[in-house]
Formats: sequence, structure tokens, C-alpha cells
Amino acid sequence: MTLLRHTPLEIKDRKALSINPAKTCQPVGAMYAALGIHGCLPHSHGSQGCCAYHRSALTRHYKEPVSAATSSFTEGSSVFGGQANLLQAINNIFTVYEPDVIAVHTTCLSETIGDDVPQIADKARQDGKIPEGKFVVSASTPSYVGSHVTGFANMVMGTLKGFAEKTGKKNGKVNLIPGFVEPSDMEEIKRLAAAMGVKTILFPDTSGVLNGPLTGEYKMFPDGGTTVDELRSTGDSIGTLALGEWASADGAKYLDSTHKVPCKILDLPIGLKATDRFIDALRLISGRHVTDLITHERGQLVDMISDMHQYFYHKKVALVGDPDQVIALTEFLTSIDMCPVHIVTGTPGKKFEARIKEITKDSPFPVNIKSRGDMFLLHQWIKNDPVDLLIGNTYCKYIARDEDIPLIRHGFPIIDRVGHQYFPTVGYKGGLRLLEKILDALLTRIDRDASEDCFELAY
Amino acid sequence: MEPVIFEERKTQIHRKGAEPFSISCNKSSLAGAVSQRACVFCGSRVVLYPIADALHLVHGPIGCAVYTWDIRGALSSGPELHRLSFSTDLREKDVIFGGEKKLYQALVELIDRHQPNAAFVYSTCIVGIIGDDLKAVCKKVQAEKGIPVIPVQSEGFKGNKREGYLAACEAMFQLVGTGDTSDISPLSVNILGDFNLAGEIWIIQDYLKRMGVDVVANITGDGRVADVRRAHGAALNLVQCSGATMDLAKMLKEKYGIPFIRVSYFGIEDMSDALYDVAKFFEDKDPGIMTRTQELVREELMALYPKLQTFRKDLEGKKAAIYVGGAFKAFSLIKSFRHLGMNVVMVGSQTGTEEDYQELAEITDEGTIIVDDTNPLELSAFIKEKDVDIFVGGVKERPIAFKLGVGFCDHNHERKEALEGFLGMYNFAREVHATVTSPVWNFTPRRRKSPIAAGSPGEVCAS
Repeated sequence: MTLLRHTPLEIKDRKALSINPAKTCQPVGAMYAALGIHGCLPHSHGSQGCCAYHRSALTRHYKEPVSAATSSFTEGSSVFGGQANLLQAINNIFTVYEPDVIAVHTTCLSETIGDDVPQIADKARQDGKIPEGKFVVSASTPSYVGSHVTGFANMVMGTLKGFAEKTGKKNGKVNLIPGFVEPSDMEEIKRLAAAMGVKTILFPDTSGVLNGPLTGEYKMFPDGGTTVDELRSTGDSIGTLALGEWASADGAKYLDSTHKVPCKILDLPIGLKATDRFIDALRLISGRHVTDLITHERGQLVDMISDMHQYFYHKKVALVGDPDQVIALTEFLTSIDMCPVHIVTGTPGKKFEARIKEITKDSPFPVNIKSRGDMFLLHQWIKNDPVDLLIGNTYCKYIARDEDIPLIRHGFPIIDRVGHQYFPTVGYKGGLRLLEKILDALLTRIDRDASEDCFELAY
Repeated sequence: MEPVIFEERKTQIHRKGAEPFSISCNKSSLAGAVSQRACVFCGSRVVLYPIADALHLVHGPIGCAVYTWDIRGALSSGPELHRLSFSTDLREKDVIFGGEKKLYQALVELIDRHQPNAAFVYSTCIVGIIGDDLKAVCKKVQAEKGIPVIPVQSEGFKGNKREGYLAACEAMFQLVGTGDTSDISPLSVNILGDFNLAGEIWIIQDYLKRMGVDVVANITGDGRVADVRRAHGAALNLVQCSGATMDLAKMLKEKYGIPFIRVSYFGIEDMSDALYDVAKFFEDKDPGIMTRTQELVREELMALYPKLQTFRKDLEGKKAAIYVGGAFKAFSLIKSFRHLGMNVVMVGSQTGTEEDYQELAEITDEGTIIVDDTNPLELSAFIKEKDVDIFVGGVKERPIAFKLGVGFCDHNHERKEALEGFLGMYNFAREVHATVTSPVWNFTPRRRKSPIAAGSPGEVCAS
């Protein structure tokens, strides 16, 4: 008996129904982005269940405490509006928890009843409920539009809207919007920029917030995160690099159009080619040279690909995750001669399908691509055309088990393994880690399946 | 050290001995509080989802379905339809024009494909606001497909988990009374409020079987629609878990005259009491049952006690803090900790009632902190103030304990070990031992200063 015995081979178009989703709702992405602001308490303007779910989801993934407040809507607030709740919440939060910033995101409930959060925040300011030097920023994140990635992008933009200033005096820094990636990835992006001598403002920055050490103290506001001063200064930067179009482009475009900070939108720097483009963009925008250290790391990645390339050749892969991640991964896999054949994201966006089609156009195999897809569809595709490797979040383990396919966990959420908090997959070092995982999965499978007479010691 | 607390929350915290008993509870959480509580939908979903051969369709935007997708670890010995996530995935145009059509299509498609024995349709916040007529759609599909299609009125904003439990019980009660009860033994029970986490309900079923008692319906762990339909044929209801299924027990009593007893399967006393209560209830029908039960308990305890003693050696005098969903579980935990020689110094719950807290105040030691609907800041202040060795809670509390360098036991829905029954007491003691005596705490600041602490170059630190 298999767990997903309910998945039939025959594929029918589904319009009214999502089965085993490959996305979640906007507010959790907004909460994650807000945690990348130093001293910020995310606030969920809706029922208290939403907030509890998002905190649990983030806690399961990061194994870290996640604090966020809620407007605790009742039947009354859903009839008369949530203004009173939010005003009371702002007052309570600044009185008791004393954050520097409250980042309010909406929910399907508060959106539908029509609460105007910026206007409520203004009223709080006028009523003197926001202490001197403290801030409330907000984003509109209805759960019935887009996905968690959309929510992340909206909160990034909402925060920049709330803080970015143009003083007319350039700060000599580059804004980096890292996308919906792990704290470890954010750390690595900063390291690469610093290795080139580029001064940066990275936002959001959840490193030091969601991968912190055990200190013996519970800190509601850990040491990490982009500071208010840095966020203000983003309007004076020499340029912005947005990594990942879905998660980062909106914020970068806002700074470009409003504060004339020129932006370039890149893929997530996953794999050789995308990291090359990122390093090159850093070079051009900052006028700095690519340093020996970076050339050295790049060389190591190429070295490992060459050492092991025969094991990658024409291996079929099924991929599911967020658009920015999946696009970059597809390019990386294709560039090392692997063949992504079933590619799904839950997040809507026609551009996704076009982009993947372009990357996989020379594939020796037919390629299935779907945005706004789900894992039920992915499973059906795999049943019809089996793969050698599956890459996706923890929920893929049902498919991996039923179809007996090796699984590499990548994306959000990963709730049954650790490591994503600490080891990046971006940059050349991240590429090495991905290759290590891919090879481990493929070679362990060869070892497992080899008959005794074919069992090899060395690869 | 007095912890930082909201002025408005002071009445929800009681220190035993410091003042006469008084606590306010069952209040809505304060807006702006970092509450650990969830919503109505959450309550309904966790109660109903273990019914494994039913279809569970969440009518709402995608998030509500995602966050409740197979997170409880409710095991099934047969069908596993409950472990899939079905959602109408409402979009903007559905919110504007209504989602009834989509709901209808989704139900028809799913019922045709999976042939479930019943369908539960959960309403979410947004459905309550846009006014979809869930009942009408369910009624229509029920008539067309010939299976019960039951609306669960679980709009999130209508309260907290307790209201969700009630909605779930009302939904199940629509099934009760529709099955054939002619072959049910006079020595029969329904197990209410057990969700078969880590296979726990199988442990309880085994004890009952050894006593000669049949189980009609598991409500809801390893649950089946057909069993719920004939639940009215049982002679007695065993109700565990404070809030979750009490409403159903009351409905069964009122309509079918089935008595219920409140039980807990956690810890030695409560587990034994539960079995003895069942034996007592059936004694006039089966005079041998009490002897069989006594034998069973004796047998289990003989095996358990020596094992517990080895753990107790290391645990004697250690301190525990408890924060759980329902207060009922806290009673059993306090007793279980006493068996291990440990003291409970803080106890709290998300949804306890005034009577629950009164009882907690009675069975705890002087100075114990009793708290309703707390938050991370308070929790961490209490843990430090009382210098506890283990914290018992759920997913959101675990990393708080670890950050403070304190052991942790998940007694909530993410537990991986069966904690019910005599076997469960052993597993519990083993988990407590594992975490309290873990060598990792020797590396943490609470117990030991690190020789590589920042700012002390070359200095030898005292341990």
C-alpha cells in the first residue's frame, strides 16, 4: 500500500481544486520578510489562527522562536472593521514588547472587510500611539492573490516605501534584495559582495534572526536584520540588485522609480551561470574588480562539475518550488547536463512557463511545465514518466517514498531535515553544496541498487 | 524577578500561595499580544481530520489547507485519504463573485475520484464574510452522490479553538444515529478525544480488549465514517482531552442517553483510573471484569515500575514547566512528574476553564505559577525565574526552551512517541530523561561558562 495511492495516472484539467499544494498564502511570506528587519515585530491583521499558523510554519522550518502579534479578530471586528483592534494592538505592542518597527500585513479577512492599514497607522501616529523613533510599516497581502512569494515581495516593497529616503547625497552602497531564500543564503550573498569590496545594504536579512546561536537568552528581537538607518539609506544607494524576479523585483523597481536608484533584476545566484551574472552585475554597478578569492571559488565549482560530469549526464529530474528558485535550479541542472523534465510551481505567473521553456529548449526529453500547479499533478507526471531525482520541499517525501525516487530537500518548508539554515545554496560555494547533495543522492542509489557483482568501491 | 507582563493580563496569572485563588480565563486574546492560540478552523480541523476514510475539503484560500496538511501525525491502520490536502484555493474573483460553484465542482470531482464514505467541508474566515451558502451546496451534493456531505461551520474569527471543537462535534453528530447497531456488544464504548498520535489509540484498544470491552467508534483517531454512524449503539463514552469532544459526549447523552466518563490515558494513576472506571461501569453486566482489569493493571505496572526507578534516580528534584492546549492534560502531567520525583513549578494552558485552573491550584505546590493564554516573553521569564529543567509544550514553545538551554518534551500533536497508557508512561519517562540529562546543556551558558566566551582572551573560566 502506498500513501498516495489516491493519485491516478490519468491527468484531467482541474479548475476548482488544489490537491497537495505547492504554495501557501501571502501572509507567511510577509512575516518572513518582516523578520529580516532588525528589531521588528511582524503583525498579522486578522484572526489569531493565521498568526499561529505562520509562526508554527516558520518555526518548523527554522527551528527558531518566531514572534509575531495578531489583531485577534472577533466576530465583532469582522463586522465593524478591525481599526479598533489594530489601534489597540499598536499601542500594546509598543508599550510591552518595545520593538523598533511593527510590520503589519493583512489577511484575507481584513482585506475583504476593507480595512485600510496605512490610514489606521496614520491615525495611531496622530493619536500619539507610535513613540518617537518607532515605526509602523505595512503591506497588503490578501491570501487569495498570488502566493507566499507574492507576500514576501509585497512586504519588501511596503518596508522600502515606509523607510527609503533620498537626501541627495549618495552613500556609495549597493542595495541587495536577496529574494525568498534562507538566512544562510543571505549571509553568503553579503560575503560575496564583501569579498569584492562592495559596500551593501541587504534587505531583508534574516541571518542572525532565524539561524541564531544558543545563548541562554530568549531574545524577542535577535541581533540580526537590516537596521532602520540602513533601510532609510536605501534611497541614497548607487544601485539595486534584485535577485529573483518574483520576490525582489517590485521593491527594486520602487526604489528606481521613486528615488532614482537604478536597478537590475537578476535570477537567484544558484549555480555557475547565475552566480557569474550576479558577480558581473556587482562588478559593473560598483566599479570593483572580481577578486582572486571569487575566481578561486568559481574554479572549484567548475572543477567538481568536471570531476563528476559523467554521473550527471541525462539524469531526469522533477522539480517543484518557488518560481525564482526553480528557474535558477533548472538552469543549473541543465548546465551540468541533467534534464529537468517535470517542473512545477504553485505560484501563478505565465512568465514562469515561458522562462523554463527557454532554458530547457534543447532538452533531449519532452518537458512538462506548470505554474499554479500542485504536487498531485507533479506526482501524476512522475507516474507517467519516471525520474531519477526529485527536488522540492519536505512534502515531496510522500512522492519520493511511493515512487522510490531519491529526494533532495530544497525550498520552503523543510520540516524534517536540518542544514538549510546554515549552509547556503547560492554562490559558487552553494553550487558545491548542491552538487554534493545531488551526487550523494544519485550515487547512494547506485550503491543501493547494484547487484553484488556490479557493486563498485570508487566513483 | 517579576516577569514583564501586560497590565491587562495580570488577572490571567496566579501564583499559588501568594494570594487567594483567582484567575480569569476564556477571554479573547488581547489585540497585539503574541498569543500562542489558534482559531476556530484550527480546532475543527484537528478534531475531524483523523477520520481517515472521509474527504476533508477546505473551502478557502490556500493557506488554511496548507497549514493543516498532515501536521498532526494521526495514524490510520487502513485508508489514508485524510493525509492529503484538498482546497478550493479561492482566488480574488471567487471572493468577489462567490465560491459556491467552485465548491460544488470540487466536491463532485473529489467524490467521484476517491469514493469517500463521507465528506467534511470546512468553512474559513473568508467564506463567512462573502456569504457562500455552504449548507446548500453540501445538501445538493449529498443528494446527488448519496454520501453524507457535512458542512463544518468553522470560520476562523468566530472565536478560538474551543468554538472549533464544538463545530466539529456538531458535524460528527450529523453522522451519529445513521448506522446499524444491532450487533454491538453490551460491553462497548466509544473512545472520544483520542487522535491516535504515534499509534496511541491502539494501545488503549488493546487494554479494553483484554478487559473484554468492545470499541464501537474511535473519535477520531484511526476513525471511520461507518463507526461514527453507529456510535449511538455504545454503552458508554470515554472522553479524553478537555475541550475537543466533550460537546459530542453531551449530545450523545442528551439524545441517546449514553453516559460518559472523563478519562485521561496519561500517567499511571489516570490510566489505571480510566480502566477501573470502565470496569466499574460494566461490573453488573460482567462480574469478572474487575478482576481482569486488576490483573491487567498489575501486570503492566510490574513491568513498568522497575524501569521508571532507573530514570527516577537521575530526575529526582528536577523542575518542570508545562504549557499545553487543554488544561486536562496538565493534571496528568503533574502526577506523572511526581512519579519521576520531579516538581512542576509552572503550569498553563491555552483554553482552560476557571474550574480547570481551580483544580490545578489545588494539586500543585506552593509558589507554582498558573497561567492562562500566555506568550513567549512571559514563558521565558517564568522559565528563568523558576530555573526549570524541562519545559513541556508544543511546536512554538520548543525553540524558546532550547534558546534558554532548557530541556523540552513535545506533548502536543508533534510528539513522535506514544505517551498514552503504561507504555506511554515509560516512553514519557524516557523522553524526559533523555532531554533533562542531555550532555548538551553542559555546553550552554545556563550551566557552564564557555572557555571561548567573547571578550575574555586567554582567561581561564571557572566551570
